[in-house]
Amino acid sequence: MATTDLTNPSAVARRSPSGDADSPNAPLIEIEGLSLYYGPSAALRNITLSIPERLVTAFIGPSGCGKSTLLRCLNRLNDAVENVRIEGTVRIGGCDIYSPGVDVTELRKRVGMVFQKANPFPKSIYENIAYGLRVRGLRDRKLMDGIVERSLRSAALWDEVKDRLHASALGLSGGQQQRLCIARAIATRPEILLMDEPASALDPVATSKIEDLILALKQEFTIVIVTHNMQQAARISDYTAFLNQGELIEFNTTSRLFTNPAKQETEDYVTGRFG
Amino acid sequence: MSDADSVTTPPSPPPAKPPWHDLARGRVARPGEWLVEKGIFAVSLTAIVMILLIFVFVGREALPILLGQADSAAARVQRILPPEDVDRMTPSELRAALGLSRRKFAARSLEEQKAALKEIYAVRAEADRNGAEAIPDKDSEVNTVGWRYLILPHQWTGYSRPEFIWQPVSQIQKFNVVPLLVGSLKVTLVAVLFALPLALGAALYVSQFASRRLRAWIKPAIEMLAGVPSVVLGFFALFVLAAALESVFAFQSRLNAFVAGIALGVAIIPVIFALAEEALSAVPRGYVEGALAVGASRWQAAWGVALPAAWPGVFAAVVLGFGRALGETMIVLMASGNAAILSWSLFDSSRTVTATIAAELGEVVFGGHHYRVLFLLGTLVLAVSFVANLVADGVMNRLRRRLASSS
Repeated sequence: MATTDLTNPSAVARRSPSGDADSPNAPLIEIEGLSLYYGPSAALRNITLSIPERLVTAFIGPSGCGKSTLLRCLNRLNDAVENVRIEGTVRIGGCDIYSPGVDVTELRKRVGMVFQKANPFPKSIYENIAYGLRVRGLRDRKLMDGIVERSLRSAALWDEVKDRLHASALGLSGGQQQRLCIARAIATRPEILLMDEPASALDPVATSKIEDLILALKQEFTIVIVTHNMQQAARISDYTAFLNQGELIEFNTTSRLFTNPAKQETEDYVTGRFG
Repeated sequence: MSDADSVTTPPSPPPAKPPWHDLARGRVARPGEWLVEKGIFAVSLTAIVMILLIFVFVGREALPILLGQADSAAARVQRILPPEDVDRMTPSELRAALGLSRRKFAARSLEEQKAALKEIYAVRAEADRNGAEAIPDKDSEVNTVGWRYLILPHQWTGYSRPEFIWQPVSQIQKFNVVPLLVGSLKVTLVAVLFALPLALGAALYVSQFASRRLRAWIKPAIEMLAGVPSVVLGFFALFVLAAALESVFAFQSRLNAFVAGIALGVAIIPVIFALAEEALSAVPRGYVEGALAVGASRWQAAWGVALPAAWPGVFAAVVLGFGRALGETMIVLMASGNAAILSWSLFDSSRTVTATIAAELGEVVFGGHHYRVLFLLGTLVLAVSFVANLVADGVMNRLRRRLASSS
């Protein structure tokens, strides 16, 4: 894949979502020797991992193993946390996102994120999605309307909210709020979508809607999902990484990892013997 | 325990257990604790009781004017009665005319009292004849504490047009409160407009940008500003601020509403800061992270998401700051120049309601008209600050609940 330069966004040629010469398994995100410290204690130790393009990669592991922290390294959201020190490199499309000249806001526009707890802004449904576009300087009302509709349709929410776009987003149900957050994340047309336990606070019906959505979005986005739920990882992901105590224990295709794990630790976890 | 012992020793009858109906020990099983609880409940109520009592006692003094019963002209117009009218008076009318307490009145006979009143009237009639010849003044027939004269302009003798005049110490006392209200409003507005951007900026910085270590320094420092005695701030305004601002703006009166407003603004910065910072810090972290995750800068996230979410808190902070500024006395007394003139210019000396009360209440006739008008002003300040506090408190509580439920 061609090396893209995030420091100079105008030079980036957007790849068409339909894909072409790139094989679907080409690595898009390459993590190399990544360690992260909160003050003196290490939350991630020497992680090396390649995440393939336009597939779903799941991070699993017991609570506190560092899977969310690792996810937040991919859009540099850990930057806002105090006393964080990061070693190693993270390359997306060949560009080291931790190199000094990187525009973090441009990075985050292209690496969208959905959080564990649905966090719509206390604004209208429309404004929630328009916000990401507005901060990018988009003013054209017609264009905005179109993007809002397209994003809501992609998030399978349009039919439920099309009559009340200007009502407060806080009036939606938990599952709807989470799909709104997904719509908000894809409105800026990112290439990568990070999901931090997106269904952990939802009931089974809403969860299955989100999972269907993830499978549909896979056509267009590279999705990295953190999940606590191993069935969920098995259902929706193509690759799975198992982390424990800040270390990457095993990374493989999901079917291999769940049916024929290479390490005893992984087997213990996926069969429910600990964690 | 005893089970193990019972193997070797002959079984002893089990200890008698208290019957179940012993549970019903009456509503007050522990009278001491009950008493203490009620006691501290009463203590906690004292704040409410105090507010009520202050309202009652301050308001009571202003009541005659509020109800339009006071009449400053009445004494002048009705003070001379012919002797036969005095003879026809009932004892209670006589007592009222003499202004005596029941006990003092009873100490002498009715005849003696009537003679005393006639004598007083004779002296007053004499004085009045002399006075009336000296200055025939229609102002003396005006009830200067009537609502019309308290609020609307009036063309007093010697003035070329109707004017708002506060002149409580003069032959004819003039109690128009409009110059004082305008003075208060001017100073308070300057204070709020000066304090709001500074306090809000500091609150935004402390809650959204500052590192934990920096926050641990800045927050107490600003809050310490609230501990500066207002007389010290007034002193600072009087000597340092007034001189500095005079050299910048070159205004005519060195002490004016602008100087007082700036000093007052310094005093209410901690008030506005504390509330605004609390509201901004209560904004769920997820809002800001959500904004960052779609590519907003930290500034855009703070300004476009955190601030709107905390907006009711900022409103409450402004209302509370307004109430505090309106009630503040010492700074304005020292730095505003204290000229009770009606002027909309910020650079004219002016006088606020509170400064007027502080300056004049010590020298009024107890129970007189001036006294009552000052109490009326006091009631007004009390009511406005009370409402401001109430509104700010209500808004903050609703915001806290809303943000807590969505975090």
